[in-house]
Amino acid sequence: MSFKINSQAIDPIELKRSLEADSAGACVTFEGWVRDNNDGAAVVALEYEAHAAIAEEEGAKIVREALERFEVSAARCEHRVGKLAIGDCAVWVGVTAVHRGAAFDACRYIIDETKQRVPIWKKEHYAGGESGWVNCATRTDSPARV
Amino acid sequence: MINVTARYFAAFRERAGRDAEPLTTDARTAAELYAELARRHGFADSMTRCKVAINDRLAAWDVCLSAGDEVLFFPPVAGG
Repeated sequence: MSFKINSQAIDPIELKRSLEADSAGACVTFEGWVRDNNDGAAVVALEYEAHAAIAEEEGAKIVREALERFEVSAARCEHRVGKLAIGDCAVWVGVTAVHRGAAFDACRYIIDETKQRVPIWKKEHYAGGESGWVNCATRTDSPARV
Repeated sequence: MINVTARYFAAFRERAGRDAEPLTTDARTAAELYAELARRHGFADSMTRCKVAINDRLAAWDVCLSAGDEVLFFPPVAGG
């Protein structure tokens, strides 16, 4: 599966191993980690939600686009859902190619398009006990910081 | 008037206080239904930043609704 929504911990070593090929001269990987701050607010935890079926379909389309647009050999992406702690890996992208340039470009394409297009939502939990959905103007019962 | 089911995700689900609801509506398109539901539930996100899926497939906002459709409303995404 080229794009997977994972409710368990992402295993970057295993994922990278799955891309190994004798013909590949470059492997570019990107890991998105849960950090303890956003826009000046102290973040204590994150929660990701997805529509898994549509996310995997749209994500697979993005990976296919990357394989068509760039001279790369293989690519895959995994994105976490559920509750994550600071330092956890939220998203992993890996691309192999004969040469590094295309691998860098394709890796960036996949993470950028994923952030724009794939139905995944991120809720931040702040140090003060509040929480908020990132990017959303719609306020919920426990609104984000003002 | 047609009967459809609306399903909500993330901020929309929390704002509406429910995962889904059956609706009887005279909205002809997904866009018209979003406008109706935004008024009812207080969804503040511009439609252009949101996405809609009909029967589990991403769809265009101007697609016409059919009786029995399940219409999924996705607030602005924030993966990564």
